[in-house]
Amino acid sequence: MEKIKELLKKEFTLELRRKSVFSGLALYLFSTVFIYYLTFNLRQNLISPLVWSALFWVTILFSSINTIAKSFIGEKRGQELYFYSLVSPESIVLSKLIYNFLLCLVLAMTGLGLFVLFLFNPVEILWTFILTIVLTSWGFAASLTLLSGIASKANNSHIVMTVLSFPIVISILLLSIKITKNCIDGLEASTNYDELLTLLAINCLVTAASYLLFPYIWRT
Amino acid sequence: MKKQWWKISAALLLIYSVMGGLLLDVPRLNIVNETIRALYFHVPMWFGMVAMFLVSTYHAIQYLRTSQPIHDTHSISFATVGLILGLLGIVTGMIWANYTWGSPWHGDPKQNGAAIALLVYFAYFILRGSVANQEQRARLSAVYNVFAFAAMIPLIFIIPRMTSSMHPGSGGNPGFNMYDLDSKMRMVFYPAVIGWIAMGTWIASLLVRTHLLTEKLEDLEDEQNS
Repeated sequence: MEKIKELLKKEFTLELRRKSVFSGLALYLFSTVFIYYLTFNLRQNLISPLVWSALFWVTILFSSINTIAKSFIGEKRGQELYFYSLVSPESIVLSKLIYNFLLCLVLAMTGLGLFVLFLFNPVEILWTFILTIVLTSWGFAASLTLLSGIASKANNSHIVMTVLSFPIVISILLLSIKITKNCIDGLEASTNYDELLTLLAINCLVTAASYLLFPYIWRT
Repeated sequence: MKKQWWKISAALLLIYSVMGGLLLDVPRLNIVNETIRALYFHVPMWFGMVAMFLVSTYHAIQYLRTSQPIHDTHSISFATVGLILGLLGIVTGMIWANYTWGSPWHGDPKQNGAAIALLVYFAYFILRGSVANQEQRARLSAVYNVFAFAAMIPLIFIIPRMTSSMHPGSGGNPGFNMYDLDSKMRMVFYPAVIGWIAMGTWIASLLVRTHLLTEKLEDLEDEQNS
């Protein structure tokens, strides 16, 4: 537990020190939403609520892949060996997972804010939607962290990362799009319990798989 | 010769299921009509694919536990055969859908799920292609194999059951169990499933053997050269 705390602290200090990375991501998100605004809003009412949810989730998906890809791909070889001698792989994967989860959550919430600001807000039941965002960020973080570890060992890692992650996260994405549609239509929260529970179950499955499998890729 | 009985019976079962599937009596239903015979060829492909991927994942786990290259060879061979069976399953399904739904690709949840499941294994082969070191390739692809299988379970077993689908057997469409003559259809269907799984295992074992022989040949050439 102590080690995880230390590693988390290290991730945050590194992140704050390299301000350009984080502001780069923020700008990436902003530019994307602004392009949507410019291309769609010139023609009125082109964005229906369903198009809104599709755009939202695609944006979140790609910015999450870009964000998490750097969690292992950017690391230097010597650094890895140094960590290997200090801490167990389990605490590394857990700390990366928590950190990536928080990062994804911040990204998704910022994205939501930008979408509401520049486009409009079709979501009627906001709390369920925010709960979905939290669960989806967790799912993205859990699956993408391990894949980033795999991709960092391969040649042309960035392409491999996208190719590997797309089919894996799609089941999470499909569920969250479905819940989003219900939230947009203003259906009661109770209609979503099944989907939310399934999402939670998938998250637990993926987290457990990442936790168990990570030591094997770390050892190489 | 003793070990060959299952290969012979696989061939016999498949011959029986092809002939029986095309010739035996089938129940008559609106729209579906004679295309119901696709069941004998389309559905066993999916059973075969899931079985092959299961074995592939089992060997991936074994590889991670023991680090023996033979498990990696098994894993890749079974994944290859599973992928081929999956492609055949999609193609046979598309031929059927063209006549009953009116178009080969209908955006059915099960169709999409199957397509994504195949994408997972295409990604698996791309991953293998982009790692140079042999041991590292085996380890990384084993990890991805297990992970992908875990992520695929909700995709093909849970989500399609939660959404309405035009597939027979879900969303109020007549399925296998509702037919009057279902026991007659089972007489052909189950042999076909067993036959295809056995045939897949056979092909995979041949792939393993050719792989091992190529490795041996390469070793011999290296020795001659040095």
